[in-house]
Amino acid sequence: MAEPILKAEGIHTFIGKHHILQGVSFEVHPGKVTVLLGRNGAGKSTTLRTIIGLLSPSQGTILFKNRAIQHMRPYAISRLGIGFVPEDRGIFNLLTVEENFRVAMLQEDEKTRAMMETIFEIFPDLKKFWKSKAGNLSGGQKQMLAIARPLVNRNELLLIDEPSKGLAPIVIDHLIDSINKLKEYTVIILVEQNFYMASNLGNDFYLFDDGKTVHKGQMEELVGDEELKKKYLGISG
Amino acid sequence: MNHKWRSWFPKFAVIAIFLLPILLISPKTYITLTISGLAMGMLLFLVSSGFSLIFGFLSVLNLAHGALFAWGAYIGFSAFSFINKWTGWGGSNSIFSNMLIFLLVLMVAGIGVAILGVVTERLVIRPVYGSHLFQIFITVGAMIVMEELIRIVWGPNDEVMPVPLSFIGSWDIFDVVVSKYPLIVIVIGVILYLIVFTILRRTRLGMIVRAGVENPEMVQVMGHNIYRYFTGVFAAGSALAAIGGGMWATFVKSIHPAMGGEVIVFALIVAIIGGLGSMTGSVVGALMVGLSYNYVAYLIPKAALGITMLLLVVILLIRPTGMFPEGT
Repeated sequence: MAEPILKAEGIHTFIGKHHILQGVSFEVHPGKVTVLLGRNGAGKSTTLRTIIGLLSPSQGTILFKNRAIQHMRPYAISRLGIGFVPEDRGIFNLLTVEENFRVAMLQEDEKTRAMMETIFEIFPDLKKFWKSKAGNLSGGQKQMLAIARPLVNRNELLLIDEPSKGLAPIVIDHLIDSINKLKEYTVIILVEQNFYMASNLGNDFYLFDDGKTVHKGQMEELVGDEELKKKYLGISG
Repeated sequence: MNHKWRSWFPKFAVIAIFLLPILLISPKTYITLTISGLAMGMLLFLVSSGFSLIFGFLSVLNLAHGALFAWGAYIGFSAFSFINKWTGWGGSNSIFSNMLIFLLVLMVAGIGVAILGVVTERLVIRPVYGSHLFQIFITVGAMIVMEELIRIVWGPNDEVMPVPLSFIGSWDIFDVVVSKYPLIVIVIGVILYLIVFTILRRTRLGMIVRAGVENPEMVQVMGHNIYRYFTGVFAAGSALAAIGGGMWATFVKSIHPAMGGEVIVFALIVAIIGGLGSMTGSVVGALMVGLSYNYVAYLIPKAALGITMLLLVVILLIRPTGMFPEGT
């Protein structure tokens, strides 16, 4: 198996006095979508926020392309090639779609323009509403903007937190198609409560429980394992 | 109250404040008071815009902003004396020389206080990011220290602020008395507003700052060193306060160490009326306060400060997030 692009080992993270991550370890391999699954409060979103540097781990190491990033500032981590799409999407509602992209662009060159064309092919609505205020977009369009925005820098790793949240089923299907197309351009770590979306996108999975990674495997195994799904995700049937 | 009315309210309020007094005041006096009100509004804009921008971007309630304003006035005072001593431009009959010394003084005050602002941000405010209560305590402390430093450097007494020769006096235009300096203040204020507005609206730097007002965390995870921008915005906000201080001092022709404490009350009112973090809100709020203060000071002098408080209460009742909560 190829060298992991990201490797987290024994991560412990506190939020205030609360010990949220209590030993999270996982690997993310190139060309794959790794899904972090678990019930509410299991520590999935905290894991993404720890990777991007918004939370500082008290213990453990996070290696991105063999470089330790666990004590780096968020902007420095981002500049290494990691993009982040938070649960609340982090859209700048008062800025136009164009301005949202321009804030995200770390440089404007030929490669960036080529990437923008690719983004427009995958998310044509963003071109249509290019001059519109981002706050006026629909929920699905905002999510597409949130996902597309970090790609403009050709980030090698994209952390996406609950992209299906608050979206209608038909929009979720559209989003699954779009994210599947993105696999060609970036490695994805996906946190998702919606098992339909997770199973349609994921290659590898890690199950979280009480701030720990308790199980890992390939998505096809999990789809067929009713006991595991029931125990850690509360899904039956 | 429906959404349409709420969105129309700022325009309606500005027009009402601007036009209603014409029913009670003779046209000539009205024009004189309006120019004076617009000038006061522009000065308040310079102080409150920095305060508002710092709050919007850094989420820092900087109560030491008034002291930065006072430092601007004092540095301006010293710069004027120094430059005038060597060049004599302040006492010259040439408008060009007068304007040159005035702009140089404002520039020196702006740069000096921007540096002071950066030092304040690094030493005093950075350790309390995220805690409004500690920010209040520590910035009040910083304000006291800065005021005392003024007393140590320039002495405790009031000083007479020198005014360039051609800025003194008034013009008589169709029997309407129009003071010269307020018109200069209005022109410089409008130019500064347009510069700040253009930077915020048309440049990438401005986009990042506006994005930061909305979601600083997200700006950070997009690869921008937010602390560098924090420092830059603090420096810019401090420079605006200093320019306001220098222009205010020339307006009232006197300076004293506690002058910042008096102005910060107006800056707070203007920033809240306009919507914290909004430049357009700051300019509209400042003009509303400046105009209403001047009209009421003429009609019922004792109610002048009260009218600004009343304005604040009415606007907060109708639009609790200020007139332009939607940002720049």
